[in-house]
Amino acid sequence: MKIGLLVNEGPYQHQAADTAYHFAKAAIEKGHEVFRVFFYHDGVNNGTRLTTPPQDDRHVQRRWTELAEAHGVDLVLCVAAAQRRGICDPDEAKRNGKDADNIAPGFRISGLGQLVEVAIECDRLVTFGD
Amino acid sequence: MPILHTVNKSPFEKDSLETCIAHALDGSAVLLIEDGVYAAANGTVVAPRVRDAMRRLKFYVLANDCKARGLGEDALIDGIEPVDYAGFVDLAVGHDNVQSWL
Repeated sequence: MKIGLLVNEGPYQHQAADTAYHFAKAAIEKGHEVFRVFFYHDGVNNGTRLTTPPQDDRHVQRRWTELAEAHGVDLVLCVAAAQRRGICDPDEAKRNGKDADNIAPGFRISGLGQLVEVAIECDRLVTFGD
Repeated sequence: MPILHTVNKSPFEKDSLETCIAHALDGSAVLLIEDGVYAAANGTVVAPRVRDAMRRLKFYVLANDCKARGLGEDALIDGIEPVDYAGFVDLAVGHDNVQSWL
């Protein structure tokens, strides 16, 4: 089955980013396709490569990146939510006159249309967050 | 197949579970995850409400989240079925749709 995920909560806040990751992993292990994970609201904070948790803690951003690299999962950050929270890719950084970008590997920034597409294309859309 | 509802907030923090129960049609499933698993504990003030809802809704609980909170299977309301993440996926796939109450 084709499954899409919506993550509305930042990492290390409650548990949504963890639950979403474990759900996505289990779905892939069961042979389902995780078409896309759309990160909205504080969820965009999952996608900054500056994330540096203590060494004995889980690395939420890296887990997502590894999932994207291993299984081709499309990780999309909402552009408006990302701009508000200081998450940008090289293009956005240039466009907004910033001196750096911080998007993590495997993630890309796009618009809400990508979430609409998940709802249309996927058999299931599962929401995680606050 | 009916809808799978998920509830991730403690019933002692928010009214997500109550809203879910009020909206869920007979024969639907409710999966308690994250802090939502506290609703599955026996002997709380919420337990009678859950038991009452179980007459028309099937309740599941994410075992990993119970374990993280010290809720053993013997501490759960009888009839609530523990599932792992793979079971969560099966429930999502096995129902028409998934509605998350946050």
